[in-house]
Amino acid sequence: MNDGYELHEVCYAYDGVRAVDDFTITLPRGKFYGIVGPNGCGKTTLLDILIGSRNPDTGTVRFAGRVMHEYSRRELARQVALVPQDFAIGFAFTVEEVVLMGRHPYISRFASPSAEDWRIVEDAMDTIGIRHFTTRYVNELSGGEKQRVVVARALAQDTPVLLFDEATSNLDVRYTLHIFNVVRRLVNDEGKTVIAVIQNLNLAAAYCDEILFMKGGRLLKHGPVSRVMKPSTIKEVFEVESEMRMDSYSGSLQVSFRYRSS
Amino acid sequence: MSETSHKYWLLVTGLVLAVLAAIIISTGMGYIHVSAIDIIQVIAAGLDGSRFVEGLDQAVPFVVMDVRLPRILTAALVGGGLAMSGVIYQGILLNPLADPYTLGVSSGAAFGASLAILANLTMLGQYSVPLFAFCGAVATLFMVLYLSTFNGQMSANTLILSGVIVGAILSAGISFLKYLADEQVAVIIFWLMGSFASRSWSDVGLVAVALTAGSCIGLFYGRDLDIMSLGGRSADSLGVETARTRTVLLLTASLVTAVCVAVSGIIGFIGLIIPHLMRFVVGPNNRRLLPVSILAGAGLLLMADTVTRAVLPVEVPIGVLTALIGGPFFCVIFRRRQRGLRYE
Repeated sequence: MNDGYELHEVCYAYDGVRAVDDFTITLPRGKFYGIVGPNGCGKTTLLDILIGSRNPDTGTVRFAGRVMHEYSRRELARQVALVPQDFAIGFAFTVEEVVLMGRHPYISRFASPSAEDWRIVEDAMDTIGIRHFTTRYVNELSGGEKQRVVVARALAQDTPVLLFDEATSNLDVRYTLHIFNVVRRLVNDEGKTVIAVIQNLNLAAAYCDEILFMKGGRLLKHGPVSRVMKPSTIKEVFEVESEMRMDSYSGSLQVSFRYRSS
Repeated sequence: MSETSHKYWLLVTGLVLAVLAAIIISTGMGYIHVSAIDIIQVIAAGLDGSRFVEGLDQAVPFVVMDVRLPRILTAALVGGGLAMSGVIYQGILLNPLADPYTLGVSSGAAFGASLAILANLTMLGQYSVPLFAFCGAVATLFMVLYLSTFNGQMSANTLILSGVIVGAILSAGISFLKYLADEQVAVIIFWLMGSFASRSWSDVGLVAVALTAGSCIGLFYGRDLDIMSLGGRSADSLGVETARTRTVLLLTASLVTAVCVAVSGIIGFIGLIIPHLMRFVVGPNNRRLLPVSILAGAGLLLMADTVTRAVLPVEVPIGVLTALIGGPFFCVIFRRRQRGLRYE
């Protein structure tokens, strides 16, 4: 039995258009997975299926051996956390209140957050380095600051599995690297599983254990970075020319593109 | 943390006392003036079922217990109910301009009531009009929910648009009913403008039950509603049953609105202004926002009703008065919101 995700022939369509098409894959725990593919190829829909927000039209999704819909939302929220791409927050909650929302699946309906909950919230804010603006209102923060608050919220959820949906797209290099380092450490030290949609191929190559290449809702290639990160794959998925080499400064495979067609 | 919660309870206590004081003071106001002490005596006697207090004019206990108190308590409870619905609608629609009217629920109630008045339906006695108002509100809500659901999901935007569409159709329907109504048209118009005149204890009981049940459900789902302001996907991933919570809360708020409209006619802007003001004071946390909004709504509508009943030389329909106060306020919020958007 697998303790991570098992997807078997999963399909999901919007009004007859397949966004996720015949997806079969096994994702054991304890690894950093990167999902890579062109815009609109079904990456976000796949994440929605993995958090149980959408039920596949056909096929089965199992998590830790149990079929997805057997989990209650609350149970699942203690196993899987999501850092979404859009993070509009409707009202003027403080940063601290938003991070505390990560503890929702653990706090019973009529109880207040325990000392343990507060400790985890503070740890999460320390880890992401947002402790200095805990009492600010989230709707007054910049896009990048908000995004870090949302990452802290997912960490406060304290789940074995973390899903990221282009979660660093608004961040500058410094904070992007900071968050990826934090996440990589969680995988190495605590055996967490991370599944991240990543647009930046170099980041994916540097941090992921395995890459899933998606195109048109289908899983095109899946495997360890060194095996699947190839100019031929990138050509097939994105239709651009590239070159792959081992970069000694970063210590990982890095991609270069031919920027001009001339 | 403990300091803010200390302040919060101080505010709640203050509001409770203010509403109680407003009830006593406004009961004393009117054609026959009654002192606060006499009122308390009359209420104490009235609780034992007696309509006689030694040393007082015989008419006073009847004026207080059978005329003024039912009206005053209905006004306070309806104010609380409309404010409660406003908090829930604004929380679900993520829009500070949302209130019972945005979803067309009030128009549905008004249409039902107009229909009952026009057809002169009296088979249920005095309850015919409220019952039709109630059915109209519920039917409208289901229509709006049906229109705004696509692929099993609904968004705040589609909800508001559906509400506006259905509301517009219903308004046209109401105009048509008025056109058909001939000499009955005055009855419809007065009902639509809202009034607490000649409310009875059964009205008080009806709204009290609806408000109590509604606030319990609202508080029960309060934290879920907070989290739903992060958007559906995030709320799902944080363990909130988003779809179910939204449906339950929309139904609750609409039923409370329907009861309020059925009892008092159309009274606008309370459900809009109060949650908005209270959010400035206690923040967006719904479990704190609901109780203070209910109390403030009760106080405000009671005061407005007292002004039209006992202060103004002529009784202005309460719905007109709240619209006159609330309309300009609506404009201010709208301007602020637009400004806020530009800076984002």
